[in-house]
Amino acid sequence: MLKTVLPYLLTGIAVGGQYALIAIGYTMVYGILRLINFAHGDVFMVAGILMVYIMASGLPLYISIPLVLLLTAAIGFVIERIAYKPLRSAPRMSIMISAIGVSYTLQNLVLYITGGLNKSYPKIPFISESVSIFGVNTKMVTLITPVLTIVLVVALVLLINKTKIGMAMRAVSKDFETSQLMGIKINNVISVTFIIGSVLAGVGSILYFTNYNTVIQTSGAMPGLKAFVAAVFGGIGSIPGAVVGAFIIGICENLIKGLDIILFKAGLTNTSYGLATFSDAFTFALLIIILIVKPTGLFGEKITDKV
Amino acid sequence: MMKNTRSGSYAQPQEKTVKLSTVLSALVILLVYAAVFVAEQTLPSTSILFTVLKKGATYALVAVSMNLLNGFTGLFSLGQAGFMLIGAYAYGILTIPVEQRMNVYQYYDGGIVQFALPVVPALIIAGLCAAAFAFLIGLPVLRLKSDYLAIATLGFAEIVRTIFQWDKLGFLTNGSNLLREYPTFNDFNIKGADGEVTLYLSTLVPFIIAGVCIALIVLLLRSSYGRAFMAIRDDEIAAEAMGINLAKHKQIAFCVSSFFAGIGGAMLAMYQNTVQAKAFTSAMTYEILLIVVIGGIGSVTGSCISSFLFVACSEWWLRFLDQKQMIGNFEVPLLRNGFRLVVFSIIIMIVVLFFRQGIMGTKELPDLFKPRRGGKKPKRSVKEKAEQAKENAKEALQAEEQITLTAAEAAETGAAVAAEAAGEEAASLKDKAEEAKEALKEALAQEAAAAAEAETVEGGEA
Repeated sequence: MLKTVLPYLLTGIAVGGQYALIAIGYTMVYGILRLINFAHGDVFMVAGILMVYIMASGLPLYISIPLVLLLTAAIGFVIERIAYKPLRSAPRMSIMISAIGVSYTLQNLVLYITGGLNKSYPKIPFISESVSIFGVNTKMVTLITPVLTIVLVVALVLLINKTKIGMAMRAVSKDFETSQLMGIKINNVISVTFIIGSVLAGVGSILYFTNYNTVIQTSGAMPGLKAFVAAVFGGIGSIPGAVVGAFIIGICENLIKGLDIILFKAGLTNTSYGLATFSDAFTFALLIIILIVKPTGLFGEKITDKV
Repeated sequence: MMKNTRSGSYAQPQEKTVKLSTVLSALVILLVYAAVFVAEQTLPSTSILFTVLKKGATYALVAVSMNLLNGFTGLFSLGQAGFMLIGAYAYGILTIPVEQRMNVYQYYDGGIVQFALPVVPALIIAGLCAAAFAFLIGLPVLRLKSDYLAIATLGFAEIVRTIFQWDKLGFLTNGSNLLREYPTFNDFNIKGADGEVTLYLSTLVPFIIAGVCIALIVLLLRSSYGRAFMAIRDDEIAAEAMGINLAKHKQIAFCVSSFFAGIGGAMLAMYQNTVQAKAFTSAMTYEILLIVVIGGIGSVTGSCISSFLFVACSEWWLRFLDQKQMIGNFEVPLLRNGFRLVVFSIIIMIVVLFFRQGIMGTKELPDLFKPRRGGKKPKRSVKEKAEQAKENAKEALQAEEQITLTAAEAAETGAAVAAEAAGEEAASLKDKAEEAKEALKEALAQEAAAAAEAETVEGGEA
């Protein structure tokens, strides 16, 4: 029994960690701008494409990984400056539409560059290696992801709670206008938020695509949406919430992928129900349920509307 | 939430100008239909123009249905692709001819549905199916606020897409296989005995379907329901305070929008000849949203115009960007497969960032024929002014009569107080009468002046 469940559980934890790294970007941006950054999933995908091209150019690993992260950060920064900053006083719907426009642009740009073909993700030594754990074969990345995720999240929480820029971020997310009046340079804070979010998405993309092997222009959309669901699930604006939500979604999703086999092995059924189809749908069903039952999510703060 | 105080185009119907502008708009629409009909009979049926027109009509309906929700009711919903999928599948499932079913449902023993409906009932049922799903999903999610609603409806669309591809429902939906062999737009062409087409209707029919549906939406928007929707958009709390039942009206807007999205989906199925659940992704919803934005959020006309522009750009006018182009011996750089979409997305970003009003803003077709507000006002002629002054004077004379009457009344009662009061009143009224007399004089003078002016004008002309 354990041998049946374990591979799915391991993949689930790994995928959960990767979603967590993307979800942090969503939750931080939402906390500050109250904007669903629909382009975030595509930034994640662009990071994957950048890795493909940079590795293909023959640069050594210790240069190419920092370079990818740097470029991803730059993309996040530029997107914010071009597409969101001019709309700061516009209705929220306009900014969201702008975000959708950016997502569309990034996808089409990558389609143009790659010619719409699947690009195979380069093998990164060490984390691409196979490893056996409790008699289950998996990639090293499966074991590294949760550890790396936790380390990065702890670092991020420290940054937010202990540093000056972190304090500014917290202030801005509490009250946009007042913090501006207190002399916080809002634009810098927002830029830093986008840069942090993009770098984490970049790290996530390295881990995620090492697992999945190929990148195409649409491969950012689904993980992006799921990471957003994770952020909502955990309580939007809360970083620990996003991480917990991402792990839960990652694990559930992968268990559903293997549910048919698990049920069969457990002797509960003899026929296959094709339940694996529902691994994506589950995430969204979870989203709708959580929005109805507890719209603030697991760790979210209650926001009351003022008339 | 959108809390701008724009006046809806349906808010204040102006009596005289509306009629003329409505007639002109109706003429324009009629001309478009006539042009489509004539073009179809004269141009070769393989022309790209007809592809654009058919797909454009389909997208116009879907865009207007989305605009009803996003632009007029202020509900930011991203579930359009899901409702289109339901409509497309309902249409396909209901209309595949019985003798073709074994062929289409080859892995599912011909499927469970063993009858075929005519096109129009099938279209209506397609809409109703979408609306029924919308009703069910609307019960919980319509309580959510702006972006949560967006993401919940987006999630709903993804769930629908998965369910329709589920193997176990294959007897109904054909699993992840194509639905085909149902009546398409081309089946509307009337053929002679020898199989030659005698009357081309394959483009006109989608125009008519979309036109009827859009007309129904416009009628809804002009009704008290439409005004309630706009009130909800402009300020939800104020609308509730005015006695609008928020839950009910949101539910109505959501179901009606989904109904027409369902019909739009069925039209898309007819346009494509085959339909597959896989294609109805969130990217499709985004495309429709961008059409709505380009046309102007809150303008039915804008949505229609921009869908044709959008389809024409993506299918036709920008196609050259995907091929190598030579100017003399110089090969234009960058042009290769996919460049069209890059240019296209940049255009869209420019519209989104710098022309947020879109093509039409919140204006409608009849508004284009109206004199501009704040611009040239029709000048009132001197004669009219004189007429007005005369009328004022008449009123003044009547007032004077009134004074004498009141005074007489006072005298009759003989009460000193009453007399005093009446006297005071009389004094004020006398003043007025005085003024009125002066006004009358002025009016007469003006009339004389007008007559003189008219004479001079006539003299000049002579």
